[in-house]
Amino acid sequence: MSYLMNSSEILQTIEMIDQQHLDVRTVTMGISLLDCADPSVERCAEKIYEKLCRRAERLVPVCVGIEQEFGIPIVNKRVSVTPVSIVAASCLDENYTPIAKALDRAAGTLGINFIGGFSALAQKGFTESDLRLVRSLPEALTETALVCGSVNIGSTKAGINMDAVRLMGQIIRDTADRDPMGCAKLVVFCNAVEDNPFMAGAFHGVGEPECVINVGVSGPGVVAHALKNCRGERIDVVAETIKRTAFKITRMGQLVAQEASRRLQVPFGVVDLSLAPTPAVGDSVAEILELIGLERCGTHGTTAALALLNDAVKKGGIMASSHVGGLSGAFIPVSEDAGMIRAAEEGALTMDKLEAMTCVCSVGLDMIAVPGDTPAETLSAIIADEAAIGMINSKTTAARLIPAVGKAIGDRVDFGGLLGSAPVIPLHTGSAKEFISRGGRIPAPIHSLRN
Amino acid sequence: MKAIVSVFARDSRGITAYVTSLLAERDINILDISQTLMQEYFAMIMLVDLEACPLPFHELAEWLKRKGEERALDIHIQRSDIFEAMHRI
Repeated sequence: MSYLMNSSEILQTIEMIDQQHLDVRTVTMGISLLDCADPSVERCAEKIYEKLCRRAERLVPVCVGIEQEFGIPIVNKRVSVTPVSIVAASCLDENYTPIAKALDRAAGTLGINFIGGFSALAQKGFTESDLRLVRSLPEALTETALVCGSVNIGSTKAGINMDAVRLMGQIIRDTADRDPMGCAKLVVFCNAVEDNPFMAGAFHGVGEPECVINVGVSGPGVVAHALKNCRGERIDVVAETIKRTAFKITRMGQLVAQEASRRLQVPFGVVDLSLAPTPAVGDSVAEILELIGLERCGTHGTTAALALLNDAVKKGGIMASSHVGGLSGAFIPVSEDAGMIRAAEEGALTMDKLEAMTCVCSVGLDMIAVPGDTPAETLSAIIADEAAIGMINSKTTAARLIPAVGKAIGDRVDFGGLLGSAPVIPLHTGSAKEFISRGGRIPAPIHSLRN
Repeated sequence: MKAIVSVFARDSRGITAYVTSLLAERDINILDISQTLMQEYFAMIMLVDLEACPLPFHELAEWLKRKGEERALDIHIQRSDIFEAMHRI
């Protein structure tokens, strides 16, 4: 085995990590809490705390060991749990906040960055427990620091639960009125996936094993760097370059996933082939789109460029990993991407263009600051539009909207850390009140009947 | 365990002697070595065997880093698996 021949490859890898922000974005341990049910919410919370501390005790030290030995940063260590509305279904209490606090306490003890799964799956309708969980969200998310919640309100198979859409608009509104930061930890999904390692939407699905390791890779900076050598080339060359780069990025994610799985003696679930940006300069999905040839992200051509990027990331990554899952594709969180922030501030990136982009990106409307006085029914209508795109196109879509209370269009909102900052962007002002107040269920599309 | 030691510096005088003596001090066997100049930077890459090295990996990494800083060198050590995973099918 001679490395003399390959010093340029070694240097390339080192350069990717040192200068192009290559990292493993998250190692997420999924843990089933189905055995923690109890009629008392306090006892249920205690069981959850105890189980998490036992199961995930070695997660952080093992990840730190891998970082040190392989020289690759693992930015986040996280835990996802069974949707709490299922775990707590036998609780007699109305408010599930004590469970959120137990999750938060466990996250603190374990030293992880976030814990996800304060969630409900209500695509076809609410159980009583789903409703209790959803009504607990404003308090639970604003009185905890590390707990993330999500609600699935639609799917290609089930249609869209418009009662849930209406309620979630109100819940986002209520959460924002307590503390807008709470909304940064709340995702409303259509076609939610059970093995997503990324926050705020991670939860451990009921079809998953007792405990599992899922890994989310990243690397917009590496793709951007590779594209700098493609100026003037035909678009085929661009697609091929992205594929090759995604392959390399994913191979590293696969290695880390296998190593974490082996050391923790927990089965490996999936690698999520994602381009997840951060607010750092040079780690931006918008920059990639601009390198493909757009003067500014958000202008005409953005959707096509993003479609190419999203597809090429999957094609490059698929062969690099034995199991691919999660959301897999390019994320477009506005506040977490320096290029998106700039484009939104300049007015180049609008709500309507973002919605169009979610037809071809990996998830949906993500980390978007909207005017603080946006009515609940407008938030619901945005969720409905987004869910419709997911339902009809058989893809995951989501809305993570932050009504910036006390701020107006153009004001900047700071979320801190990886969540970044975003300008408040304008929405349409026509009311959708009558549409949203109808309630009911949008029937599943014809192509859901595939059997 | 096999690992890659990479050394970056502005100047190349005495670096190889300095780094290889550090490795010898810790019973680390050099299997392969390559040097190159990137613009004004000197880059040295070594494939090493840590079989006989008494230090745990993270302590070795910190020690090399510290020893490197004393001579304005950037010394990293990483397990070789990461490079194989990324560049070999």
